[in-house]
Amino acid sequence: MSTSTSAVPPRSVAERLKAPLLYLLMIAVAVFFVAPVYVMLATSLKPMDQITLEQMWQWPRTFSFQSYAVAFEKLRPNLINTFALVIPATIISSLVGSLNGYVLAKWRFRYADQVFTFLLFGMFVPYQSILIPLIRFLQEIKLYNTISGLVLVHVVYGIPITTLMFRNFYAQIPDSLMDAARIDGAGVWGAYVRIALPLSLPGFVVTGIWQFTQIWNEFLFAVSITQSTKQPIMVALQNLSGSQIVQWNVQMAAALIAALPTLLVYILLGRWYVRGLMAGAVKG
Amino acid sequence: MKAERLERFVPFLMVLPSIILIAIFVYGFIGWTGYVSLSNWNTFVPDLSFAGFKNYIYMFKDFRFQSDLRNTLFFSVLFIGSCLVIGLALAVLVDQKLRAASFFRNVYLFPMALSFVVTGVVWQWILNPSTGVNLLLKALGMKNTPLWYVSTRIIPAISVGRIKFGLPVAILAVIIAGVWQQSGFAMATYLAGLQAIPDEVREAASVDGATEWQKFRYVILPMLRPMTITITIMLAHVSLKTFDLVYAMTGPGAGYVTDVPGVYMFETSFRGNHFANGAVIAMVMLICSAIVTVPYLLGRGRRDLGDVDIN
Repeated sequence: MSTSTSAVPPRSVAERLKAPLLYLLMIAVAVFFVAPVYVMLATSLKPMDQITLEQMWQWPRTFSFQSYAVAFEKLRPNLINTFALVIPATIISSLVGSLNGYVLAKWRFRYADQVFTFLLFGMFVPYQSILIPLIRFLQEIKLYNTISGLVLVHVVYGIPITTLMFRNFYAQIPDSLMDAARIDGAGVWGAYVRIALPLSLPGFVVTGIWQFTQIWNEFLFAVSITQSTKQPIMVALQNLSGSQIVQWNVQMAAALIAALPTLLVYILLGRWYVRGLMAGAVKG
Repeated sequence: MKAERLERFVPFLMVLPSIILIAIFVYGFIGWTGYVSLSNWNTFVPDLSFAGFKNYIYMFKDFRFQSDLRNTLFFSVLFIGSCLVIGLALAVLVDQKLRAASFFRNVYLFPMALSFVVTGVVWQWILNPSTGVNLLLKALGMKNTPLWYVSTRIIPAISVGRIKFGLPVAILAVIIAGVWQQSGFAMATYLAGLQAIPDEVREAASVDGATEWQKFRYVILPMLRPMTITITIMLAHVSLKTFDLVYAMTGPGAGYVTDVPGVYMFETSFRGNHFANGAVIAMVMLICSAIVTVPYLLGRGRRDLGDVDIN
């Protein structure tokens, strides 16, 4: 910004104030977004005698990790359930999505577009509208109130979004690569294993992070399909916050523990998370 | 050649398991729910005898369901509207080429990675009338601090059917929590739109002598229309099926001021064994959601989705 040349008019007061004002605005909004995390952190780190309604916004004068010990003890079985659910469900649904997306993007049989729309509709269904039959069905096949049942549910209802993500992903791989494989005599499967799959790591990262986050945070299926010892973390957190006996600092510690895995994924792999977020929505 | 003809079916066969699963778990189950909604199954023991539209008539006369429809209307309009306005403002703010802008973008987006249950648990405390935000408002000198989700007021409370129609003040608390979590999605979508606008477009407008505001209003904003439609549809889908946020934060509320169909459906089906009534609620939710999303879905089917860039 040179003011020495006469061609450039000196900056007005408004222009000079613009950047500081914008920063002030951005910081003010950031305070609103971070405030709940501050409350969780401050409350969960306070010892019992500092837990009063009047002191909510005060940072703890002395730290206590007691609430984390209590919350973790209560949530440990549910955390194990959630990991037992999220890991297989994420892996299987990503693989299914990869296969579907590959075929629908690169081996476009007749009515492939109609098939894609048929699958995609499953993404926009409020799950309440399939819940009653789903539970009867799971009871019938003896998977009600089991983690395997929940894995099955998340794999099936994950088909639309994972297929969408991988279809968009494979559409970017040049057709010439596929044609080369075809000339070499590779079929659909051969080209998938030899050409598409080795190039799929970014697709698996985006889809995997997305499914991990969604399944970790999911509540409706979890609360409807599982009971007591089989409940995933979010159901346990909801039970904890609903009960009057559990202390406020323990509730906040529990909320942070439950949020930590997806929060960490967002902080460490946010770029990929945002890609997944956009893949589900972009281009109206 | 026979083998070659067979080969042509292999791609279809690879997708077939997914087609069958979706056909059963989505389309088949919806049909089943539709049938349950027309049955007499309102006890623990399944009774699938045909009842006609009896349950629908019962539900639409029901005080709680009428309250839910009112609440969903106000919740959806205010929630989507707030997310659009705040999302657009934040996107423009973050797009100003300032240092650390991407850091702030990440801060505004992080609640998207959280569960609605976590959001509900925390905001339940922050908007608790005897602590949280009200402490700050009192410190600022406010005498009558808001009751937030404890309020039972409905404005303007016109009698419609069995309920008072109007905005239930308590639902504003749920909207604040919902906007806190979801406005980042609107921001990210608008930001993608803003960054896709070529610099030449802005420059051309500057050459024509347009002011900053004119450029935004008449050049940028019209180009963001597809983003507005996408966000509206995605958030409408979120708001129409809302369950966990309300369930974790407030529950149905006194006089059902914060109740939503998702909560009623869950409680009446799985806590009260009124499966036919629950199925009615589910079908109404599905129809509302389909009205919003199906045109969008068919529209994007016609345009080729293959060119969507997720990298």
